[in-house]
This record gives sequence, structure tokens and C-alpha cells, in this order.
Amino acid sequence: MKRKLAKKNFVLPLAPILLGLLVAGPVALGLLMILLPAFGYLPAIGQETLSWQSWTALFDTQGLGQSVRLSFVAGVVTPVIALVSVILFLAATAGTALDRLIRRLVSPLLAVPHAAAAFGLAFLIAPSGFLSRLISPGLTQWQRPPDLLIINDQLGLTMMLGLVIKEIPFLLLMALAALPQLDVPRRVAMARSLGYQPVLAWLFTVAPALYPMIRLPLFAVIAFASATVDVGIILGPGLPATLSVRILGWFNDPDLSMRLLAAAGALLQLMVSVLAILTWLVLEKLIAQGWQLWQASGNRSRFNRSLKMMGFTGLSVATVLLLLSVIALLINAFAGTWRFPSALPDAWTLRHWETTLTSLSGPVINTLVISFVATVLAVILVLAALESEQRHGRSRFTSLWLLYVPLLVPQVAFVFGLLVFTEFMHWQPGLVLVILGHSVFVVPYVFLTLSAAYRRFDPRWAQIGLSLGASADRVFWHIKLPMLLTSSLTAAAIGVAVSVGQFLPTQLLGAGRVPTITTEAVALASGGSRNVIAIWALMQTLIPMVGFILALAIPQLIWRRRRAMRSVT
Amino acid sequence: MTTHTLDIRDLRISLAGQTLVSVNTTINPGEVLTVMGPSGSGKSALLAAIAGFLGSDFTAQGEVWLGADRIDTLPAEQRGIGLLFQDPLLFPHMSVGGNLRFAMPAEEPDKAGRIAGQLTAMNLGGYENRDPATLSGGQKARVALLRLLLSRPRAVLLDEPFSKLDAHLRQDVRAQVFAGLIAAGLPCLLVTHDADDAAAASGPVIQL
Repeated sequence: MKRKLAKKNFVLPLAPILLGLLVAGPVALGLLMILLPAFGYLPAIGQETLSWQSWTALFDTQGLGQSVRLSFVAGVVTPVIALVSVILFLAATAGTALDRLIRRLVSPLLAVPHAAAAFGLAFLIAPSGFLSRLISPGLTQWQRPPDLLIINDQLGLTMMLGLVIKEIPFLLLMALAALPQLDVPRRVAMARSLGYQPVLAWLFTVAPALYPMIRLPLFAVIAFASATVDVGIILGPGLPATLSVRILGWFNDPDLSMRLLAAAGALLQLMVSVLAILTWLVLEKLIAQGWQLWQASGNRSRFNRSLKMMGFTGLSVATVLLLLSVIALLINAFAGTWRFPSALPDAWTLRHWETTLTSLSGPVINTLVISFVATVLAVILVLAALESEQRHGRSRFTSLWLLYVPLLVPQVAFVFGLLVFTEFMHWQPGLVLVILGHSVFVVPYVFLTLSAAYRRFDPRWAQIGLSLGASADRVFWHIKLPMLLTSSLTAAAIGVAVSVGQFLPTQLLGAGRVPTITTEAVALASGGSRNVIAIWALMQTLIPMVGFILALAIPQLIWRRRRAMRSVT
Repeated sequence: MTTHTLDIRDLRISLAGQTLVSVNTTINPGEVLTVMGPSGSGKSALLAAIAGFLGSDFTAQGEVWLGADRIDTLPAEQRGIGLLFQDPLLFPHMSVGGNLRFAMPAEEPDKAGRIAGQLTAMNLGGYENRDPATLSGGQKARVALLRLLLSRPRAVLLDEPFSKLDAHLRQDVRAQVFAGLIAAGLPCLLVTHDADDAAAASGPVIQL
């Protein structure tokens, strides 16, 4: 028999290493490169001696304590509210029609970028916003918008609300992905047969098993909430702003020596986020103990009804707010004159679109190019790493913790360091750096989405292929890739959504010269007209939306004559 | 057509130091050896070891020879071992013809003609462009058999291949599969729970 020499693929085993490096490397490098300037060393501006000066300057800045407090509180409070809402919702609605409805809404809601949701919320709940118009003057007697500071309030309540309505769909999606592994109906049935009412049955038997599975995503939420820049700019307080927003201000200050202050601030931000996570760990311990006491009390029916009510309302309110926010964007984008108490505009117009169209095209093209290239890069790398894992065994470089690193370290803390590094290397800020910066955040999400499907894929398909004489490469291209097309496209859509929403890496690594929809929209936050902002925010929502629609439609089209491929796997 | 014997020489598969199964046997061309045993007795591990898919937590000792070639050191796709599972596992993204074409060796002349002829011989004439999902259980089983034979295997392993078929189909499909494999002069190893399978295979039986 003719025997072909086994071709050894030398590139594939490198994929997991490359993946791990791309994800964790920039974070490590960025943190390292922020350390030096934080202690006074930044040769680019002629500072070459180590000192504590930037720290004393930092602690002397007006309102620093207040900024830190805002960031810390947002980092602890919003994840608590989001987690409690999600857990109670799942406990209260398991198997109901509302559960199914929200499940269907969760992916599209996740596609709404943070900045767009924040703008929408502002248009919704501002004194002259959609909600106030709906109830005025009928309920309120208001003939003019009341003089209330709702948006940019000093306590950051609106900012936290904006964070919560975006964190809930994220945590819900993570929980929904984990639940099928827990055999929920049997756990609940067992507890109910012991006399526990349904909600308590779920809370006692499912929640403790679910929590460890959504802990890492929860930490990512904490890190994000304590360090958000775009939501902070749009909804957060002004004087003083949150720590992360102020850091960006210092960094962009024309006085370059302020960069030392910004670097120290970035390190402080890292500490605040770490502190928020540590606080969470303590809370976690306390709640676990309380939970055990509650469980051991043997109480089978108390609170069932009130817990159920809370479960229904919390998540419904958040979902409705997010939906209304998008509607508020839509109305504002097409509103002509719109006097105050009128619920709807007195006239509709396309004028805002006509005037905005010319300035939209450049940023839209940038956004499309960046998100497309970063996502394609990420999908290729992730597929290669997963295929390598199946041929050569799992690699330490694709461990879950490592992939979560860019999501756990606040962006402000390491992206500034990366910028310092690129300046040190004399790399030109621009499109290439922005794309690389985006892939640091796109890769983890693509990996988290695609790895589940890839590892679940029935190994017998590949075995049949190999036993028919096809090489491992042929099996990959002709069997695995087509059969995993739907999962790959969904992962790509998530990648695009993540990329479109990026503000800080785009702003910094592009040195402001690579405007995207998101950077332009956020820049309009102070002083832009509502109608124009609405258009930018809608465009920001539209691109990820189209991505998700394509990810659903393309397989339907390609497999229109392959029935088994069209059912969701 | 050249035929080979499948020679399993002191093949011993162990998991965490414990021997799961050990087999020493020769299967002649056109003969079906049946391996029976309760679940957990290592039947699947035996098939995986011969086909080249044994998980890394198992260890296998011994040798497997096909005619004059030692195959247990080769990667799965070069062993020439065909597989039939419980499910027909027709690739759902390919047509019936696409499935068959995927299996044929690259150097095969006139693939289309051969596919058409073989489908007709299986009472599936003109089915080339059909979506496998639209076939009946019996039709799927026949396409899976045809796909296996067109890949020109040198031996075949069957992992409970009839257990998911309806009772009324099982006998027909079983008869057709064994007839096809024996006519091709292939040494076959069948793993099953079902004593009827063993009887229909009418070859030697190993009880684990």
C-alpha cells in the first residue's frame, strides 16, 4: 500500500500560545509600562528621576476622595443589583412565558453598546425626557421641564442605573449558558417533593451550583463598573467625575506633565477595582454563611411570594428601561419640533440625518473596518487554538482565568501603559494599533462563545471522517468548519459588538485620529444636540444588530436545502 | 480485490493501571467476529484502540496488523479501518452524493458514475442530490454502509450499529450490512448487546 508521509503541522500547536500571549501580554505590558511614569519616569517628556511627586500631586487634587468613592460604589453596588435581579428572576420565572420572552430578548439587548444605552437612558429619564413627557402635564402639572439634576447627578445614581441595565442582560446570558449543565428541573422537583415552594426550591438547589459558574463574568462586571469611562462621561457626575473619567482628562491634558498624574491615577484605579473585587469576596463569604443558615432553618414557604414578585419586577423593569431607551433614541433621531409636555414630537423630520450623513460616513467605515478585521483575526486564532487543543490536548495558554485577564483588569489601568509603550517604541498610533487593541477584548469573548460549541461537538463526526481516509486538515475544513458555521458566526457577531462598543482603546491607541462611531458619539456627550447624538447612538446599535441578524440569516440561506443544519444546535 | 486478515495481537487496554480488556485474535476476510459484554466492559475502548481514537487517559499495549502492515502505530486516517456507529452519522451539510464523494479516494476515476451505479444497486437510484435529513431510517443506514464501502476500507468495526433502528427495519438492514461487508471480503469486528446481532453475524463470538 502507498503510504503518504504524515504531514506534521507545525503552526497549529503555536495557536494556543499566540492566543494566550495576545490576550494577557498587552495587559502585563501595559501595567508594567504604567508603573514607571506613575513614579516619575517618563523620558518622552524629559522626566528621568524616580519620585513620589505624582502621588502627592494626585492626592492633592480636588475631590479625589469623592471620585474614588464614586468608582468604588459603582463597582460594588451595580453588580449586587444586577446579580440579585438575575438570580431572583431565574428563580421566580423558571419555565414561564416571561422567562421565554426575556430569553429571546437577551441577545439583541446585549448588542446595544454601553454608550448607546447610556444616551438612550439619558433621553428617557432626563427632566425633559420621554418618561417625564409621558406623565406630564397629566400627573405632574409640569408645563416646563422641572429643574432637577437627574443626569450627571452627584451621587452617580443615574450612572449606576445605566450600568445595571446593561449588566443584567450580560449576566443573564452567562447564567443561561451555564444552566443546562445543572439539570435544573430535577433539582427543583427533588426539593419541591421535600415540601419547598418553587422559588425557594430553586434558590436552595440551583443557585449555589450556578453561582461558581458565573463568578468570573461577575468579576468582569465589577471591574467594568468600577472603571467605566464612556458611561461615566455620559451619565456620571461632573465635578468631580469618576476616577476613570478624570484619568482620561489628565491624560489628554495639553500639559504633558499631567501624564505622570494620569499614570499614578491609573494605578490607583487598578487598586480601586481590586478593592471592589476584594469587598465582593468578603460579601460572598457572608452571604454564603447566611444562605446556609437560611437553608438549614428548614423553612419551606416563607418569602416565596415576595421573592417571586421581586424576581418578576426587577428584571422586567430593567428590560423595559433598556427597550424604552432605544425607543427614545429612535424618536429623538427623527424628531422635529417637540415642545415640552407633548409626549411625541409635534413634527417628524429626516433633516438631522441629512445633515449628519456626511460626518457619519468616515467613522462608520472606520468602525466597520476595525471590527471586521479584529473579529476575523480573533475567529481564526480561536478556531486554530481549539483545533490544536483537540489534536494535541489542552494548553495552559487557553485557561479560563488567562482569557479573562483583559476583562478583569480595568481598561484605563493598562491601555495607558500600552500607549506609553508604543510611544517608547516610536510606533505610530493609528488604525493598526487600534485593531490590535480591540482584538485584546474581542478574542476573549469569541473564545468564550466558540469554545463551548467546539468542545461539545460530537467527536464521532471527526472519527467518521478520519476513518473514511480524510486527513485531520480535511476533516477540519470539510466537516467541522461547515458544521460549526452557525456557532462561528454567532461568535463573530459578538466579537463585532464588543469591538464597536470600545471607547478607550480606540481613543488612546488611535491618538484621536481614528474616529469611530463610538468615539464620536461620546465626544458629543457634552453639548451635542439630542437629535444628532441619537443618530450616532442608533448607528452604534445598528452595526452589532446587523451582525447578529447576519449570523442568523447566513446559515439559513446556505443550508436552505439541508434541514438538519437549520435547527439550532 | 486484495483481502487481508485483521490480526489483534495481545491487545491490552488499561485505564489508571487497571486492565479493562485484553484480546488476542485473528479475523479472516469476510468474517464477522462478535464481541459481547455488559456496558463498562471496555468494548468501546477496544474499538477506539483499533481505529486510532483511544483517549489519552487510556493506555494500550500489543499490536494490530492488517495483512502484512502493522497499523496501530499509524494515525487514524491511514489505518484503513472503517466505522459504523449506532447512528448513521451522514454529514448533515452534504447531499447524499456529497457524503459518498467525500469517502472516495481522491484517485478514483469517474466518481459520479460510480456513485450513481452504487446508489441504484442499493435501491436508491437518483438520490445523489437528496438532503440526508429527508431519508428514512433504513435509507440512511444504507447510505452509511455505501459510504463506508466506497472509502475502500481494509477492515470494518461496528459499534452496536443496529440498536437504534426500529424492530421491523433491523432485520433487513442487518442482513444487508453483513451481506455487503462479507461480499467485500472485509474482516469485521462487531460490538453489541444484542444476541440476535451475534447470531446474524454467524461468526465467532467473544464474551467479555
